[in-house]
Amino acid sequence: MKHYEVEILDAKTREKLCFLDKVEPHATIAEIKNLFTKTHPQWYPAHQSLCLDPKGKSLKDEDVLQKLPVGTTATLYFRDLGAQISWVTVFLTEYAGPLFIYLLFYFRVPFIYSHKYDFTSSRHTVVHLACICHSFHYIKRLLETLFVHRFSHGTMPLRNIFKNCTYYWGFAAWMTYYINHPLYTPPTYGAQQVKLALAIFVICQLGNFSIHMALRDLRPAGSKTRKIPYPSKNPFTWLFLLVSCPNYTYEVGSWIGFAIMTQCLPVALFSLVGFTQVTIWAKGKHRSYLKEFRDYPPLRMPIIPFLL
Amino acid sequence: MGRLTEAAAAGGGASAARSAGPPPTPLPLSSTSPGCTATMASSEEDGANGGASEAGEEREAPGKRRRLGLLATVWLTFYNIAMTAGWLVLAIAMVRFYMEKGTHKGLYKSIQKTLKFFQTFALLEIVHCLIGIVPTSVIVAGVQVSSRIFMVWLITHSIKPIQNEESVVLFLVAWTVTEITRYSFYTFSLLDHLPYFIKWARYNFFIILYPVGVAGELLTIYAALPYVKKTGMFSIRLPNKYNVSFDYYYFLLITMASYIPLFPQLYFHMLRQRRKVLHGEVIVEKDD
Repeated sequence: MKHYEVEILDAKTREKLCFLDKVEPHATIAEIKNLFTKTHPQWYPAHQSLCLDPKGKSLKDEDVLQKLPVGTTATLYFRDLGAQISWVTVFLTEYAGPLFIYLLFYFRVPFIYSHKYDFTSSRHTVVHLACICHSFHYIKRLLETLFVHRFSHGTMPLRNIFKNCTYYWGFAAWMTYYINHPLYTPPTYGAQQVKLALAIFVICQLGNFSIHMALRDLRPAGSKTRKIPYPSKNPFTWLFLLVSCPNYTYEVGSWIGFAIMTQCLPVALFSLVGFTQVTIWAKGKHRSYLKEFRDYPPLRMPIIPFLL
Repeated sequence: MGRLTEAAAAGGGASAARSAGPPPTPLPLSSTSPGCTATMASSEEDGANGGASEAGEEREAPGKRRRLGLLATVWLTFYNIAMTAGWLVLAIAMVRFYMEKGTHKGLYKSIQKTLKFFQTFALLEIVHCLIGIVPTSVIVAGVQVSSRIFMVWLITHSIKPIQNEESVVLFLVAWTVTEITRYSFYTFSLLDHLPYFIKWARYNFFIILYPVGVAGELLTIYAALPYVKKTGMFSIRLPNKYNVSFDYYYFLLITMASYIPLFPQLYFHMLRQRRKVLHGEVIVEKDD
């Protein structure tokens, strides 16, 4: 059995960082990364991006050496991905923040509003309802992160946690400040508006959860397989007939419901920004589905049925 | 934010595939496309990405390496000539005013229409990036132009009492010199006939002009603060139907504070570009 030689060069400077000889042909990129860490302990595998080309896409951990278009002496280019942090950690932190921050404003902790309102509560029912909905939403997200989601990647760059937490925590503080403000104005159309909005919110939360469960069941524990999701007996999953990422559709729907319920412009803006972001993700996911599966259902749009 | 837009490439930068004339020193850049020099020179990436611009340009926009169509070239040439002329007119008007009146008071009022016209017209540069005839990113161009629009329309136009401040003249002078240099740089690049002194000017004037312009802008905003606070302009208060509030005074304070992280980034980015273009240094940037 012929052994391979692998040399690893820095993608920017072309400096030779490491030379591995006697590498098994069926070695995976993950194993090569582990070998590389032995000579450069400051770069543990999650830090490393190895590619065939200095400006190319990263090779996957599961890729096998002999299946790559290389000769028996393979040249790989290394890029330092920077400090990494696990997805679970990021999700837990970014979701715990809004949950906690919202409650600070809801319970009118001192120094937020004028002193005479310390520790009082709003006289509007919708404000209490909004607190329940918002808290439920983030508790759901935390539980899903712990028990439902199966992540493709273990880690992301460390700087993401600062970026993401600023976004989530910042918007949460901005929204909750107005909803729980002593001068809060309840919705123009009163109880009717609130009931409608609550219905939208609840349906979309259930929908979002159903989709998360359906996606989880597509992928066995510990694996990174990808399959086309299909509708099941659960009516909420029937949205799969029309969109690739109904979880995002339902998520946006929930926030629109919340915005109507509270009639608060910052909530509407948060929904808009969120919608923009998940649309970008949905389009990306839709594109990779199309690339990977020849028989992908043609009726499906990325996020909004028939439109987007 | 590159208020002085020395850092802004948005003004119809040198057409992607064409070199800005033979550079006086050979540039050993590792770029693979010809004329990458001109592109690098004119297409400053977002300051925060710094040196990622070199590699980033290639990876990100292969379509933009095509030769510009005739229509695009003609349009961009016209646009840059028009903008050069416009800012020249502004410069001359300012000099004449000062020579005739001996004071800067009333100067803004006399040139405001021309200033507003040409500065607002620069919004087109965002469109140029959107349709790809200029290799700069839309976001960078957007930020550059927006900051100018902000100063002109939301500060000097809207807050009349500060129009006669010295700081206004300060940034007007900085902007005028910068824009004349920048637009003529683009014009000559498009015509494939760039005199070295224009390139020299573009990559050296900013060293003084950029801080001067920033100082002028900050001092102007600072002078405007008392009026904003007193009148409560552009602000929304609670309670209201949409449960939102906005305080223009605090918004201005935050804007001023944002200069602190942004200005050094853009300044050092321009310095790096300068070293690359004028001195042919190969700078290997740390991966962000």
